[in-house]
Amino acid sequence: MGHLNPNPVLDPTEDKTMVLNMGPQHPSTHGVLRLLLEIDGETIVRMMPDIGFLHTGIEKTCEAKFYQQIVPLTDRIDYLCPMVNNLCYVMAAEKLLGLEVPPRAQWMRVMLAELQRISSHLVWLGTHAMDIGAMSVFLYCFREREDLLRIYEMVSGQRMMTSYFRIGGLALDPPLGFFEKVKKFLDVFPEKVDEYENLLTGNRIFIDRLKGVAQISAEDGLAIGLSGPSLRASGIDFDLRRDMPYCGYENFKFKVPVKKEGDVWARYLCRVAELRESREIAKQALEGMPSGPTKAEAPKVVLPDREKMKTQMEALIYHFKIVTEGFTVPEGEVYQAIESPRGEMGYYIVSDGTAKPMRVHMRSPSYANLQALPQMCEGRLIADVVAAIGSIDIVLGEIDR
Amino acid sequence: MPLTPVITDLEQLKDRRVLADLLSWRAGAVQGARLDRNELTIFIAREAIRDVCARLKTQVLTDFLSDLTCADFYPREPRFEVAYHLLSIKHKERVRLKVVLSGDDAVVESITPVWPSANFFEREVFDLFGIRFLGHPYLRRIMMPEDWEGHPLRKDYPVEGYR
Repeated sequence: MGHLNPNPVLDPTEDKTMVLNMGPQHPSTHGVLRLLLEIDGETIVRMMPDIGFLHTGIEKTCEAKFYQQIVPLTDRIDYLCPMVNNLCYVMAAEKLLGLEVPPRAQWMRVMLAELQRISSHLVWLGTHAMDIGAMSVFLYCFREREDLLRIYEMVSGQRMMTSYFRIGGLALDPPLGFFEKVKKFLDVFPEKVDEYENLLTGNRIFIDRLKGVAQISAEDGLAIGLSGPSLRASGIDFDLRRDMPYCGYENFKFKVPVKKEGDVWARYLCRVAELRESREIAKQALEGMPSGPTKAEAPKVVLPDREKMKTQMEALIYHFKIVTEGFTVPEGEVYQAIESPRGEMGYYIVSDGTAKPMRVHMRSPSYANLQALPQMCEGRLIADVVAAIGSIDIVLGEIDR
Repeated sequence: MPLTPVITDLEQLKDRRVLADLLSWRAGAVQGARLDRNELTIFIAREAIRDVCARLKTQVLTDFLSDLTCADFYPREPRFEVAYHLLSIKHKERVRLKVVLSGDDAVVESITPVWPSANFFEREVFDLFGIRFLGHPYLRRIMMPEDWEGHPLRKDYPVEGYR
């Protein structure tokens, strides 16, 4: 939130430019992003993003919480894919602890993370298309997202702020009938993607608005910090799930969609292809779901089952200890990165050997991706800004933290 | 993955690709190294950080700046550790560079000329920790309002209550 008013920031060199304020309450800035545009007629000469309107100091709050109390905070960073945030945080904490997670928990995590990728991309697709002017796609996408939210509610009791992944495993074993419901969704989902593609991929208005707009080359994208589908659309074939596997992703077979053009259209095609690939991974995870426990054997870290807590003295003591004074984590620091729907999401945690972290930092993909926006838009028209914002798929909760 | 002891001996780590290159190129820039939980940390002299980053980007192909952040070890002095997380897309490996800064002289050279992506990250560290980056094109507050006093992520800044 650096700029109180636009005039001292942008200094028009010639008389013919003017400064236009876009946001923070603009519907197509996907939250509270404020853009200062210096324009010459309809052409953008300079653009400056202004962020920080949603800054809540989550990193500072984390330093005052026990390790297990941070999980619900991570939901609120990227509210479109809370479980992916949970996953990244708990994996970083498990790496600090040196904790091994049972296979069933890992596969459940992969399956749910991919479902979250689908629901996050659905929100992106719906809002992006609506920004361009295709209203009906939004309603179609939210129809499927509703099914997914019911699945999350079934497994965690919450539609959005799930907090389902815990340090050392999962909060609970999934309920009866859960896998059938997931299977039902995955079976019908490819047809639904066909429906969206029927509406958009061959649509001439849509193509004209997207093709060749807001191009960025591979070198520029790397230098400016783009990651995830936005970078892959520029021709860099890199996906953390495949190239630096975590959480058992090495057991799954999937393709990584890559495009060369680096424009909004390429980013659209990449994400739509990812919808199908994510469904593939979730299907494989569902079919090969191992049986067994969903929590690690670590009584000092993982909360005991309710039943055990009521019948066994040790379990009760551990429960009391974990809840009241947390668990200590060996000294050290880790950086754990995973592939979130938007790109490389990383958690940097420094532990000083106590029950509270000394420093938690989130490397949020949207924050880095946003930096590419001026480069994409300068020299183009104002109408293209809306398409460009949609194409990098930013979430402001994650940018401001 | 049970925890293994931390290795801080340069001799044992000198075969690592990034460290080997830096040692052969300019050994004076490397102040130490640490291998903890399979993550390599290299401590870099403050004056050398921009040259080291430029070298790693062009010669060693750690071409992607994942993250840039800081940790405050108050009341220990020197209290700040600025951490640069680099990723090599070709070699699929990560390395962490660190620069240690004292509280009364928290200034380091900006690496924005090397990686434009460092722009926002450095602004964030400046805003929340009060570390100045020399040569940064636009070092202004980014999260907090412009007229805010203090740097919230410092350890001597309270989590709650009045300042």
